Amino acid sequence: MNTALKPPNWINSSSLLSAGIVICALAALVTPAFDTGASLFADLPLTLVLLLLAALALVFVLKAAPGAGFLNGPARGTALLDAALGLAILCAAGLLIPLAHQNVGEATGGFWAVVVALWLSAWLFVERIASLQMKDPSLARAVNFAIPVAFGATLLLLWELIVTGAGVPKVLLPAPSEIWLRMTNSVPILWADFQQTFLKAVLIGYALGCGSAFITAIAIDRVPFLRRGLLPVGNLVSALPIIGVAPIMVMWFGFDWPSKAAVVIIMTFFPMLVNTVSGLAASEAMQRDLMRTYASNYWQTLIKLRLPMAMPFIFNALKINSTLALIGAIVAEFFGTPIVGMGFRISTEVGRMNVDMVWAEIAVAALAGSLFYGAIALLERAVTFWHPSIRG
Amino acid sequence: MTKAASVKDAAMADPAPHSRSGQKNTVIDIQNLSLTFETNDGPVHALSDIDLKIEQGDFVSFIGPSGCGKTTLLRVIADLERQTAGTITVNGVTPEQARLNRAYGYVFQAAALYPWRTIARNIALPLEIMGLPKSEQDQRIAKNMDLVNLTGFEQKYPWQLSGGMQQRASIARALAVEPDLLLMDEPFGALDEIVRDHLNEQLLQLWAKTNKTVVFVTHSIPEAVFLSTKIVVLCPRPGRIYDVIESDLPRERTLDLRETPEFLKIAHRVREGLKAGHSYED
Repeated sequence: MNTALKPPNWINSSSLLSAGIVICALAALVTPAFDTGASLFADLPLTLVLLLLAALALVFVLKAAPGAGFLNGPARGTALLDAALGLAILCAAGLLIPLAHQNVGEATGGFWAVVVALWLSAWLFVERIASLQMKDPSLARAVNFAIPVAFGATLLLLWELIVTGAGVPKVLLPAPSEIWLRMTNSVPILWADFQQTFLKAVLIGYALGCGSAFITAIAIDRVPFLRRGLLPVGNLVSALPIIGVAPIMVMWFGFDWPSKAAVVIIMTFFPMLVNTVSGLAASEAMQRDLMRTYASNYWQTLIKLRLPMAMPFIFNALKINSTLALIGAIVAEFFGTPIVGMGFRISTEVGRMNVDMVWAEIAVAALAGSLFYGAIALLERAVTFWHPSIRG
Repeated sequence: MTKAASVKDAAMADPAPHSRSGQKNTVIDIQNLSLTFETNDGPVHALSDIDLKIEQGDFVSFIGPSGCGKTTLLRVIADLERQTAGTITVNGVTPEQARLNRAYGYVFQAAALYPWRTIARNIALPLEIMGLPKSEQDQRIAKNMDLVNLTGFEQKYPWQLSGGMQQRASIARALAVEPDLLLMDEPFGALDEIVRDHLNEQLLQLWAKTNKTVVFVTHSIPEAVFLSTKIVVLCPRPGRIYDVIESDLPRERTLDLRETPEFLKIAHRVREGLKAGHSYED
């Protein structure tokens, strides 16, 4: 699509990647893939797909070569090649994964050559879609979404193939497929844990911690002596080690979620307090003078000038706290909890060597944390659209 | 009439609050005013023995080198600084009372528009603080945006406009308060020559139309002479008034005026004043 924009030097990352794919794919076809001596030749569809990959890669090499202008067809043709590349990678992965599962821990040179070929192909694919320049905004958004998805899928694919091919013990690192299987088989447990830890301890603790820190920041701003008294105390509280605080909170508030919410409050309070206090100081002297010439009172200046100016700071704290809250709630469950909760599940399943369940909880936590963070980041874009870092 | 009521009248649109027949009204009266900042390096005499009267409908410029206290004097009038000695009245009351009455509009060196508000909402800002009804706000926004030729840009954000348009919006915001007194602190200092000339002309037309009193701080001699009916030349260390020049130029002015001998004569006198006030430094 944008081959015309490429530098004249035909040795670029794209052509090098393509050359690597050709070499690896061909090497795979002539070397045994597994200890049993079986070659990938035995699998006809896989052989065909690998040959297709090699052929596509060859086309990309030739296109980049000097004097190959005749190959640079219309843009639609190039996009078609990219689509074919993506499809070939998907097919190869779909065929290779069951094969790897049939020969766990027996992979040899040929198999690893295919893994490298797939890795390079995926790399080439991501690079090619990243360089696409879409005029249509909805298409551009789709491409922007596809890049991280393709990237993450590549990582998962490599994880799956390497762990299965090398026969890594489950306790060390289960394959993504095993984690997925565990997740789909344990939906009720995972949901109950998620409810207990995230929907109760994290969200309630987060709201109370951030809310009370915000109100305290306003109080500190309004009453100067509080700034000198309360800020150091807040600092002290934030320095308390969570593994010391959590058991105390359990004694104070019981085994259920309120004690975890209390830990979350302690963890989120100080970042929010400090950021809000510095955010309230972020307005410029001229802007404050302006409000003074209007005879604006404290609350008017606060709402119309200082809080909007503080929003970038406040959202920084909200984002930091979204991850802190999750960590705090999970760790706090290590110190006494009813028999439900993500932290409880992790600590007990580790003891029973059920590492796939631990990974399933980790996956849920990662997903929930990312979505939580993403929701706050979206809200930030809507509220501080005017800030130079966002308006772009 | 009680004192509070008369103060309120002065703040409203009444053009002649203390009218005496055949005589102009004094809007700002400054006597023996001094201001000393206490700093770690000892006292700094920002203003020393200032005596000045500004009448209704005057266009007064403060001109002088940096550090002469021209901005400080304007800030004292606006109650953004307090004098350490002497007296000052604005509309017959203290600057603080005048500020609380919203007796003046202040235009800063930078536009100081809030980036999260559209131009129209920025102009609405002082009106919201004053607690005016929505219909009154809308009517004043439309009127003042038209006055500074910004109609059509209501829904733009400040960062989408040029520097000159932003400064015009900030003037509209000051005018929306409908003050009789406009205090302007080097409002066009950051703009290029062409935009500046254009805004100077617009400002003069506005002043002629509305009969407001304008106090204007600048360090540009042509700007001061072109705009003013009265030019106050200040000199530094300590900040004091060196010369007050009453301009006899006609009130109706165009940019061509700057080529005339009368204009150059006044400009020459201002320049001499600035030079003399500065000479002891060389």
